[in-house]
Amino acid sequence: MEIHSHSEADTQEAAQALAKKIKAGDVLALHGDLGMGKSVFARALIRALIEKPDEEVPSPTFTLVQTYDSAQGPLYHFDCYRIEDPEEIYELGWEEALESGIIILEWPSRIAGILPTRRLDITLAPLHNNPEHRLITINRVE
Amino acid sequence: MHILGIETSCDETAAAIVREDGTILSSLVLSQLKEHAAFGGVVPEIAARAHLDHLHTLIEAALSDAGLGYDDLDGVAATCGPGLIGGVLVGMMAGKAIAAAKNIPFIAVNHLEGHALTPRLTDGIEFPYLLLLVSGGHTQLLVAEGPGQYKRWGTTLDDACGECFDKSAKLMGLPYPGGPNLEKIAAACAAPQKALERFPLPRPMAHRKELDFSFSGLKTAVRTHVYALPKGDLDAADVADLAYAFQTAVAEILAERTGKALEKFLEDYTPAKASLVVSGGVAANQTIRAALDELAAQKGVTLYAPPLNLCSDNAAMIAWAGLERLRAGHSDGFDFKARPRWPLDPDAEPKHGAGVKA
Repeated sequence: MEIHSHSEADTQEAAQALAKKIKAGDVLALHGDLGMGKSVFARALIRALIEKPDEEVPSPTFTLVQTYDSAQGPLYHFDCYRIEDPEEIYELGWEEALESGIIILEWPSRIAGILPTRRLDITLAPLHNNPEHRLITINRVE
Repeated sequence: MHILGIETSCDETAAAIVREDGTILSSLVLSQLKEHAAFGGVVPEIAARAHLDHLHTLIEAALSDAGLGYDDLDGVAATCGPGLIGGVLVGMMAGKAIAAAKNIPFIAVNHLEGHALTPRLTDGIEFPYLLLLVSGGHTQLLVAEGPGQYKRWGTTLDDACGECFDKSAKLMGLPYPGGPNLEKIAAACAAPQKALERFPLPRPMAHRKELDFSFSGLKTAVRTHVYALPKGDLDAADVADLAYAFQTAVAEILAERTGKALEKFLEDYTPAKASLVVSGGVAANQTIRAALDELAAQKGVTLYAPPLNLCSDNAAMIAWAGLERLRAGHSDGFDFKARPRWPLDPDAEPKHGAGVKA
């Protein structure tokens, strides 16, 4: 599926629409360069999943993982930006997260070797050479 | 009175001994030890297992540097959150075990309170004071009213300030650590005024009544400028100009937000001697320090900036926060549970960030 986003609000809307289709056990890998809006997308997705439109959703870059409670079970927001060795992800409760919850993963390329084969790949890329526009691609990989 | 402080909440394993009068008898941070090879070579970073491997040796080294033994301790303070739960648990359990074995008080310290109380350790300043905490993980404006008593007036709605520095530096192709390297190359900017005109950057949140920050839009704007430059290796002069424009923008944002908070602080508290404290790794940036110095001079308040080794994560601040709490009559039970999320001001309204832009 491809979505043309022309603003941050469009990107948030796309995330909210996707939230309706997410269930426990889903792994969502967010791809895209720095500044493409991955965090904007993740923040809107998390708020929709936990049904709290005003929840604080801090960037997980520093803490590496932030957890939330959703109706579908625990929600894990991982950020692999600072991870150097893929194995480090196990120190963050990765296996428990895989077993019990929904995972939203930023910078999945950092743990490419151990990324689950069943997942949703979400990619944010430039569009129309316009700095505000994004092409959002959502692919279910089985 | 001697308090042992333990810090394992994120990247650092640290142990320190602080005396009641605020003298730091020892303060060890594993990653900063030249001889950390002696501890096995691995810096913990995210690994709880590595904290576990090193903490015991580090505590013993802190005691020995202070010329003390376990029997000389009058209390143990450990960071119990917020942070990575695995690491926090290691430090908290070690602290509880020592306190239980020696039958001395255990104090569960909020990592952020450690940062917040540091200026009282370094400069002995009086409550209340306004604190700007700017690091890789936090960007907050707080009023410290007393131990355990804080009002959070502002926070970042998205990225932390130091994170924005690091990621913008990366977009400009600068090596790690991004913040200091960006500052270095910005100093090479040949024509500052031209650089500002050439690379206009937003000042997210500027002049809004609320005291929150937003840095995500600034990062995106840097990205747009970088992509508009000729492809391939970036020209050093271009990067210097962009770095200068970026640093100027961040300094202006911090000064504007802090200035607004200072006005409110002076009005709400009418302190006899008004103090502004800036803490966190970003405070090491000289342009930012200069902007805050100017602001403090304008408003007639005194600016305090603890030295960098006490601004970045360390255990002396945890021992000190423990001391302050203990003196105020607080200690904690061995049933205290680690808290991965632990706001300093539990009454603070949650912040809704998405869509909030300049």
